[in-house]
Amino acid sequence: MTPLNLAAINFAWLPILPLLIVAVAAMVVLLAGLRVDEEESEGLGWLTLASLGIAFIFALGLVGRTGVAFAGAISVDGFSAFFQLVILITAAFVVLMSLDYAGENRLPGAEYYSLLLFATLGMMLMATAGDLIIIFLGLETMSLAVYVLVGMRRRDPRSNEAAMKYFLLGAFSTGFLLYGIALIYGATGTIKLGPIHAALASNMASNHLLMLGLAMLVVGFGFKIAAVPFHMWTPDVYEGAPTPITAFMAVGVKLGAFAGFVRVFLINFGPVSSHWAIALWVLAALTMTVGNLIAIVQTNIKRMLAYSAIAHAGYLLVGMTAAGPQAGSAVLYYLLAYAVTNLGAFAVVVALEHRASISDEISDYRGLSRRAPALAAAMTIFLLSLAGVPPLAGFMGKFYIFSAALSAGYVGLVVIAVLNSVTSAYYYFYVIVAMYMEEGAGLELARVAAKPALVAAIGLALFATIVVGVYPEPYMSAAASAYQSALNAGTIHTAALLP
Amino acid sequence: MSGGLLTAIVFVPLLGGLFVLMQREDRAAWNSAFIFSLIPLALSFYLFAKFDLHSADFQFAEQYDWIPRFGISYHLGVDGISLLLVLLTTILISLSLLYSGGGDIEERPREFCFFMLVLETGLLGTLLSIDVFLFYVFWEIMLIPMYFLIGIWGHGRKVYAAIKFVLFTMTGSLLMLAAIIYLVLQARHAFGRLSFDLQLLYQVPLSETQARWLFAAFALAFAIKVPMWPLHTWLPDAHTEAPTAGSVILAGVMLKMGAYGFLRFAIPLFPTVAVEAVPLFLALAVIGIIYGALVAMVQPDLKRLVAYSSVSHLGFVMLGMFALDPQGVTGSIYQMLNHGVSTGGLFLLVGMLYMRRHTREISEFGGLWKSVPVYAAIFMVVMLSSAGLPGLNGFVGEFLILLGTFLRNWIAAAFAVSGVVLGALYLLWTYERVMFGPITKAVNETIRDLTGREIAVMIPVMALMLFMGLYPKPLIDRMEPSVEKMLAPVHIAEVRLEQKRIDRDRALAQGTAPARAPKPSALTVAAQ
Repeated sequence: MTPLNLAAINFAWLPILPLLIVAVAAMVVLLAGLRVDEEESEGLGWLTLASLGIAFIFALGLVGRTGVAFAGAISVDGFSAFFQLVILITAAFVVLMSLDYAGENRLPGAEYYSLLLFATLGMMLMATAGDLIIIFLGLETMSLAVYVLVGMRRRDPRSNEAAMKYFLLGAFSTGFLLYGIALIYGATGTIKLGPIHAALASNMASNHLLMLGLAMLVVGFGFKIAAVPFHMWTPDVYEGAPTPITAFMAVGVKLGAFAGFVRVFLINFGPVSSHWAIALWVLAALTMTVGNLIAIVQTNIKRMLAYSAIAHAGYLLVGMTAAGPQAGSAVLYYLLAYAVTNLGAFAVVVALEHRASISDEISDYRGLSRRAPALAAAMTIFLLSLAGVPPLAGFMGKFYIFSAALSAGYVGLVVIAVLNSVTSAYYYFYVIVAMYMEEGAGLELARVAAKPALVAAIGLALFATIVVGVYPEPYMSAAASAYQSALNAGTIHTAALLP
Repeated sequence: MSGGLLTAIVFVPLLGGLFVLMQREDRAAWNSAFIFSLIPLALSFYLFAKFDLHSADFQFAEQYDWIPRFGISYHLGVDGISLLLVLLTTILISLSLLYSGGGDIEERPREFCFFMLVLETGLLGTLLSIDVFLFYVFWEIMLIPMYFLIGIWGHGRKVYAAIKFVLFTMTGSLLMLAAIIYLVLQARHAFGRLSFDLQLLYQVPLSETQARWLFAAFALAFAIKVPMWPLHTWLPDAHTEAPTAGSVILAGVMLKMGAYGFLRFAIPLFPTVAVEAVPLFLALAVIGIIYGALVAMVQPDLKRLVAYSSVSHLGFVMLGMFALDPQGVTGSIYQMLNHGVSTGGLFLLVGMLYMRRHTREISEFGGLWKSVPVYAAIFMVVMLSSAGLPGLNGFVGEFLILLGTFLRNWIAAAFAVSGVVLGALYLLWTYERVMFGPITKAVNETIRDLTGREIAVMIPVMALMLFMGLYPKPLIDRMEPSVEKMLAPVHIAEVRLEQKRIDRDRALAQGTAPARAPKPSALTVAAQ
């Protein structure tokens, strides 16, 4: 028996340290939950938040380092660091939203926070994947946890329906993804992203097996990011899930799925982008148009935000279609802008939902500007950002993506996207109309005040939405260097190095 | 760099808006909002005084990097085209706030003042930006407060009007955004770097097709804002349902942003296409003039009448502009100022009447001359200014525009003159129906005449009308160098197109050319 080489082990564990912290925290929370009553889950929430913070610090420590571990299965670079940080922030926001929500809705705290952490782990794993199997593992870890989270409100039939629907369709789409991976393995003889990249560069493009595999992957990812026509589950699931989980799905799941999508398609299948670009072009146009058009007629805010999330996936797909380094960094920046804005919007929905006996109907938002001026103002900023009004984050994201797409020559697609933005203004502004321009029947209701944790979440999201928009340069640079670092890593995949 | 004077002008209102939101008492909110609006007003008078008459360049320029990755900078500057519009904006905002505090707005005054001041920041930023991206940002920002002003404090179908306003304007402006990005990418092609600097973009070489499409995108955005017939349908709704101050700013300043956009962007960026498009724009302008006047004539609602008269007056602005000669363009800018002052004044007067009677139906009035003589006298002055009576401001602008247009296209000018006649007709007729004759409704006998505050609002308006009517020189002197500079590339384009036509005719005469002129290849539009 050869002696253990401790140095080598340390070497390999370091890159996945943030992942390990989250995984351990998930189990600790689960065990700690045995000693905590269901209604008193707030402590578990703080524990979760603390562990996310620790993981964040370690993830921050990995910024600027690149290398592969576990024989190429894990790829640590600026790209993975970028996504891990944004995903951890997202999870932290969701915890802040859940602190009161979980107790009030009598959600089983230990399971809830533990699954939240497992889902976060899955997302982070997708961002750090160096081969297709890890992407699949990450996707499954994330999805299985989220299936359960969606159904957490056990006594609510809508929650049950949502979980069932999400699970069935999700499992189906996972099949597609896995089959796609198998076909790609068959075509290239490897599941490692780097060698696939190399294989593609050397004239594999005409391989039908490979193309079929790619198409299957598009379906698998398309389901997770809710691209039309794989979006059917979205509104029902978003509506039925506990609202913080809806936020988690609209932002976190999308981040994880796009992390995988971007890494596989833009970075590693970049050489054959001409083969998949047309498919994504169609997907993007469909996703934007259908999402926006159906969002117009929604009367429930969660459903409206669900269709809005579909539409935003469409804008992101415009960036994917454009391909190339500029488009890649535009997609990353857009995801950041979208994350902070959407988290803020959902935090407002949560705040109203459980404090003010407001349901999720947009008509209940009537006259909100009098009952809760600050919440209404914050919601207005978030909606304006989603609609793409300058100088907020959402606008800068759109600007970045449109520039990249025009620069790649997709004038028609940008015109479609622009017209879609006008459509979207209608339904976002309609919520503002309800809050400011219509009188609520419930004026006698007390003024709405949110709990400190939620106020903090909304305040931070508001601050981020404004800062990321008004002073975008550092975030754009971060996105650009993250993407560039993954590109470089893709080409030097064989060297395993971490300083 | 000049000490950030322009930055102060643009952002003091925003700071004021935030300050106003923190006030607890309504009166304190009104007072602080008014005082905050006086700061940019004073600064813009200072700007007017210090403005170098003989320079056509951007003055008081400030430039800092904003998003270096895209070559976007925070770049402000003022020239003869924007200077007077800045002054108009600061004057009208102050007057509107002064007026609105007198009882016109009773609901949520703090928010009202906040949105008015944010609107001022948006308007001034739009006028002073010489970075195209920055311009676009301000252009969109000014939309939001106006949306709230109409939607919260408006009348009748206010929500419908507000949403319609937003959707119309956004459609145009987002397409313009795509065009801006495309233009900048062409600039990168030509000069090897990304830059949103307007002065650089003026030099971008474009193919004929590219220039046409880009001009179309810019022109659409601006034509919606002006609005030019047939894109005007949002205007009557927005103007009618908006609160008085909203209508004043909407008509007085915001519509000018469209015309300003043509002068600053659409025409100088694509001079050749602009020259080619002259017949189209003259035709649309003339249709707007006559259509607006005819529709105004049959309106039963006073405010709607003023709104349609705006369509007609803005037609004059566009007519003079697309005469593309110094008189026409100078007259066009002058007419923008006139329209701001006169129509602003008319909206204020209609608002004062509405506050007393809660109706704007012309048939509800009659014989007001007897019960409210001061009001009637002031109305007379403002109405005559709008109708273009010599000695008052409206005449100077219309005269210059018609002069300029006659040189370019006498048929368009001849039709436009009929608009002047129609304008006088509907305004005088309205005046007659409202002010003269017997008092038909008992309520009108006891109607209260203007308060001191209202007279204080109207005195500066009338003073401006007289001053601009009798002594236009100081204003025109400041415009001329910049107008000449803006028209220089247009003249080059004209000469070039003329030369091409001569060449083609000559070739045809010699029988050497094919029957159909060959498609001209990559026509460069670079000026100078």
